[in-house]
Amino acid sequence: MLSDQDRIFTNLYGLHSPDLAEAQKRGAWDGTKFLLEMGRDWIIEEMKQSGLRGRGGAGFPTGLKWSFMPKKSDGRPHYLVVNADESEPGTCKDREIMRHDPHLLIEGCMLASFAMAAHACYIYIRGEYVAEKHALQRAVDEAYAARLVGKDNIHGYPFDIYVHHGAGAYICGEETALLESLEGKKGMPRMKPPFPANMGLYGCPTTVNNVESIAVAGTILRRGGAWFAGLGGKNNTGTKLFCVSGHVNKPCNVEEELGITFRELIDRHCGGMRGGWDNLLCSIPGGSSVPLVPAEQIIDAKMDFDTLRNLGSGLGTAAVIVLDRSTDIVAAIARIAYFYKHESCGQCTPCREGTGWMWRVMLRMAEGRAQRREIDMLLDVTKQIEGHTICALGDAAAWPIQGLIRHFRPEIEKRIDRYSANPHSDPVPMAAE
Amino acid sequence: MANRRLAPAAEQPQSFAFSSENAEWAKGQIDKYPEGRQASAVIPLLWKAQEQNGGWLPQKAIEAVADELGMPHIRVLEVATFYTMFALEPVGRFWIQLCGTVPCDSCGARELKDYLHARLGAPGHVSADGNFSWLEVECLGACCNAPMAQINQDYYEDLTPELLGKLMDDLAAGRPVKVGSQIGRTSSEPKGGPDTLTDASLFDGSRVGAWRKRFETADSKQDEAGGKAEAASSEQRAAVDPKPARPDAGRAVGTATTDAPAQRNAAGETPVPAGAKADAADTTESTAQRNKPAAPEAIAKAEAAGAEAGTQSDLPRNEPPPQPVASGANDDAAATSAPQKGN
Repeated sequence: MLSDQDRIFTNLYGLHSPDLAEAQKRGAWDGTKFLLEMGRDWIIEEMKQSGLRGRGGAGFPTGLKWSFMPKKSDGRPHYLVVNADESEPGTCKDREIMRHDPHLLIEGCMLASFAMAAHACYIYIRGEYVAEKHALQRAVDEAYAARLVGKDNIHGYPFDIYVHHGAGAYICGEETALLESLEGKKGMPRMKPPFPANMGLYGCPTTVNNVESIAVAGTILRRGGAWFAGLGGKNNTGTKLFCVSGHVNKPCNVEEELGITFRELIDRHCGGMRGGWDNLLCSIPGGSSVPLVPAEQIIDAKMDFDTLRNLGSGLGTAAVIVLDRSTDIVAAIARIAYFYKHESCGQCTPCREGTGWMWRVMLRMAEGRAQRREIDMLLDVTKQIEGHTICALGDAAAWPIQGLIRHFRPEIEKRIDRYSANPHSDPVPMAAE
Repeated sequence: MANRRLAPAAEQPQSFAFSSENAEWAKGQIDKYPEGRQASAVIPLLWKAQEQNGGWLPQKAIEAVADELGMPHIRVLEVATFYTMFALEPVGRFWIQLCGTVPCDSCGARELKDYLHARLGAPGHVSADGNFSWLEVECLGACCNAPMAQINQDYYEDLTPELLGKLMDDLAAGRPVKVGSQIGRTSSEPKGGPDTLTDASLFDGSRVGAWRKRFETADSKQDEAGGKAEAASSEQRAAVDPKPARPDAGRAVGTATTDAPAQRNAAGETPVPAGAKADAADTTESTAQRNKPAAPEAIAKAEAAGAEAGTQSDLPRNEPPPQPVASGANDDAAATSAPQKGN
């Protein structure tokens, strides 16, 4: 188990005050000026060395992302945008950072902005997080009052930070949709290229980072990239906030080393599996967008990017949804299909039409009111959506269903057979759409 | 996509204007964004308008926000209908948004849904006393405290139908209620309190500045060599164990379950055995053969010639390319139907 001394979010549970004075005692804003004086290249090098991979789901190396920003400004301002639009089902980690450890985030924003020559940072927080917005705004006001940030601050680097509030759209978690939304438009993803590092917010070079990726920066720079890289495994370094929900005895958020096994994570922090380990049906290990992994494969798997990818799933945001044998797995995936139908922005046809189609077919399959050959048709449709849309929402809608068919095909077939074995007055329909 | 429309005209108020206090607040919001980018403030302003109008957004408010920001009305209407947190129809005094996505769904949100159905009827309607209206919404991001609901702006977590019922009674009667977990958790820690983050030295300030040691030693002369050695070792490490220039984006890799000729070829096996080829060959007459196309040799010759001469230059650039004659199309019919289009 990770030692308390190596945990970054020491006030994760809000048992202590989030105020500036207490946060400074816990180590926030400690020697920030010293770190800034080490220089831009040192910061980026240290972040690269830490091996930190973005915590928002895609796992792209954060240091590398920062280095994509133009070294010299061509006259356009640079921006840092923090993605606090946490809406991936199962994920509830950024919320705890913003309401309990906001100063780690604000300090990280300053360091990251300095490394990218940005003088302004926008934190885009999801609409539903009203209390979190107030908590974060209070911390920003405290930082301004203490002259830690602002045009004329004690660190000698002019820097403004703003909290921007969204209004409830999952798609705004996609970086270019977030930028569109921040510009006051509908949150519809942009085509890439041009990439945001070249043309982002207001047409200026912009980097979009997840809250957790930014909030760990201060501690990494203080303790060194080598310290962070020493935790976890190769290519999957450091600590990570896991959000464990579903059928465990004590669902909770916890910061752990990447590469902890699923069994240890649940046993040590979540009071074990509800009804014992034999009761585990499957887990969705990275938020609803990743395919599920059945019990026998997940139970002793390491929770890191590469292991889960090799299991045909992904770590995503490390939102571990645990499902036991009481779960109606087909209905659960149908519910996820509904989520994507609801959240599709409507820009690309495969996603707009396909998510609704998949949901309707999944609903029938949950009842068994379908034909066996429709399973393959459904699988084929998911492949038609995957990779044929501007953003990854199409992929995210397709993967859970692919995972279900891959691992629980017999269950779907059983339902269809059971339904058709009984007399019904209505004819068994067939997907004609 | 959610299908969202403005409330019927009968329910729309005749006018809307920001109160002086809110107008002042709106100016502060607009100032957050660079000159000429005031459109960025559209969501915060719509929020304020919704708040001022009792929790829902009428058409006049949308237009007022558009005028304030110098945006066309349609652009603000687009935004108001796109984002699901803008209620376009009147809501109850307490607007209950019940999370129904998988983590909550698997932890009892269905019972809560049934309860709300039984108590308040179908979603989206204001109860007779004007107190409540409810809707099932997508993940609200409090999954470790499932199931949960958002009532107006506050989260109420770890709910059961009984707890939700009591909560609604208290709210309706104006009694104080506890925001957050309804079973005594502070936030998302495990039930009964965490067994991590218990080390007192994390909180008493004793760790402040401890990290500077690593820079002090690195600064002194004798450790400069150490630094160089570290750089050398990382170079060595890079040679033996190079980090990928661009790791995968976390996508799943599908294991190859197919047995394709290309894979066999790559593995150094015979891609397609001769016997299998013969079996697969379709000896029946094909339609292509029936139409007697040019012999393959002739096609290849023509292609080579075309490549040499440049097939593009064969066609004059300023003339439209020849169109194939549509089968079944009657020239006379096309000629007579064309002028009709003008009428």
